[in-house]
Amino acid sequence: MDWGNILELSLRELIGVQAIVFALAAIGINVQFGYTGLLNFGQAAFAAVGGYGIAVIVTTYDMSFWLGLVVGIVGAIVLALLLGIPTLRLRADYLAIVTIAASEIVRLVGRSAWGRDVFGGSDGITGFSSAFYDLNPFTEPFEFGPFQFRERVLWVLVVGWVLVAVCTLVVWLLMRSPWGRVLKGIREDEDAVRSLGKNVYAYKMQSLVLGGVIGALAGMVYSLFQGAMQPDVYATNFTFFAYAILILGGAATVFGPVLGAAIVWFAFQFIDLALRGAIRQDYIPSWFMDANDTGAVRFMLTGIVLVLLLVFRPQGILGDRREIALDAR
Amino acid sequence: MPDDNLSLTAKREAAVAALADVPREPGAKKPDPILVADDVKRHFGGLLAVDVDHVEVQRGAITALIGPNGAGKTTFFNLLTGFDRANSGSWTFNGRSLHGTPPFKVARAGMVRTFQLTKALSKLTVIENMRLGATGQRGESFWRAMLPFTWRGQEDAITERAEELLARFKLDTKRDDFAGSLSGGQRKLLEMARALMVGPELVMLDEPMAGVNPALTQSLLQHVANLREQGMTVLFIEHDMDMVRDIADWVVVMGQGRILAEGPPETVMSDHKVIDAYLGAHHDQSLAELEEQLETGTLAEEVAAELGQAPAEAVPVEHTGETKDGR
Repeated sequence: MDWGNILELSLRELIGVQAIVFALAAIGINVQFGYTGLLNFGQAAFAAVGGYGIAVIVTTYDMSFWLGLVVGIVGAIVLALLLGIPTLRLRADYLAIVTIAASEIVRLVGRSAWGRDVFGGSDGITGFSSAFYDLNPFTEPFEFGPFQFRERVLWVLVVGWVLVAVCTLVVWLLMRSPWGRVLKGIREDEDAVRSLGKNVYAYKMQSLVLGGVIGALAGMVYSLFQGAMQPDVYATNFTFFAYAILILGGAATVFGPVLGAAIVWFAFQFIDLALRGAIRQDYIPSWFMDANDTGAVRFMLTGIVLVLLLVFRPQGILGDRREIALDAR
Repeated sequence: MPDDNLSLTAKREAAVAALADVPREPGAKKPDPILVADDVKRHFGGLLAVDVDHVEVQRGAITALIGPNGAGKTTFFNLLTGFDRANSGSWTFNGRSLHGTPPFKVARAGMVRTFQLTKALSKLTVIENMRLGATGQRGESFWRAMLPFTWRGQEDAITERAEELLARFKLDTKRDDFAGSLSGGQRKLLEMARALMVGPELVMLDEPMAGVNPALTQSLLQHVANLREQGMTVLFIEHDMDMVRDIADWVVVMGQGRILAEGPPETVMSDHKVIDAYLGAHHDQSLAELEEQLETGTLAEEVAAELGQAPAEAVPVEHTGETKDGR
């Protein structure tokens, strides 16, 4: 087994586009769930709206890429308002139900035959990313030790990590401000915050919108990288993956989602390659598993790791143990 | 003795003097009411939980709202502060109608409440709990929150005020601890101090003494009395009559959703309607007497009347009156 190669490919994933996309999705969920206690189970819908915003505007209507960006973000704001207005006055579980339904509605409308002319059906939409790659200032591949990035990938990585950095900075600034304090208060007990003269409904709405817009950025980065907007990428497992990443990294921590995303994608690639290598070398007998099973086995192993984490480190990697200890009182 | 310094302040004398001429009857008019409620009703299915005809709360006084369990005290609180919606009725605070006003606007108007089950925000530190209470914070708007220089100065002023209050409530040593790590009594104190950060005119305390170590009760009572000294009006719920005797200037008794009696603590404590509400109408009768009544059939009539009328209509006042007469 070529451990050097396995490690190199895994480290590429550590900073790869998948890590960026899920870091952004998880940062959004962190604002909503980690800090405000809102159970948004429809982050996939926000990402899909972001992706469709660019794809539909550029490919279907042949308009400017920049307009597409704006439409994607405005779309996410509108979706957050649509979901929030009826549910944020109710108990937390209603938002969870409505958002999980909404994320399937967005995906199913996107892949429906009825909306084929606009959303491209289940094949999705392609051919909208050229304007983005035209902006690419990198003209030759970038080499760093054993790593080599083609200029296209490099451009996505740079833009993606800048976005992650900006979103992280915004969350950091907000969560050490009085605004963030109100959000954390709402997470603990919204009636107490109401009794202190804060408009809880408005704060929950702001949190939902902010998290949703960050989720839309995730969808934009992913569809621009793929050069295609496919609705089935944004199924509910996208959302739950982002949740797993957030809980792994540590909910209600500023860097938790980023760390969680990097670790998960590194571990995925590493487990996959290591298993494949082991099978090829007959360390793992073929009656037990073959190379086609690695995809499923890595999910199982991830599940086991998450269970172990929740048992032994429920606060996540970066979380504060003392905060979790309070819940046990 | 804490009782002595509780009873001898000028503010207390003023409050007692102002209430001296007020008739001792339910719905009595007060010389300077801060809160006036009329015909407030709240049904839960067939149960009429609150049915208050008229009640006024005197400004600058400590008014206790007492009554047995299930009397509707907390529900009445919830209605007044907007946490629950009344089926009908109207109430004004400082002359301004608050009917249908959401809780956060009630609080901003100057009427701040605490909760029976203490709502300390566990995963926030004590000082953060306090800071949250301050109103009109610039840093609480989304865009300005990202620009610390726009709210830093205000935050420092808020922190200073919070620290003064913490010192007064003897929580300054807990400043940076999580509120969830405080004891039950300390949480009550924190909740009260946090409510004061809002800068209220009327403080509404829902059972401030519930679940508190008896040793701490006196100090809590002292804190409640101090609120009046600082010019605030206090309305507090309690179901233990002995607790209110020391500090309340005026007592309002609720039973089965209605106001049964009003008056200074001494008068109210001896009111037969109040004793009936707490102990039952037959508490002072011997079993032999009851047996006698049972034989003559009067008790059966009473029971039938009680069973027939109890759920839908609240008739405690008339009813207890009847039994009294029938004795």
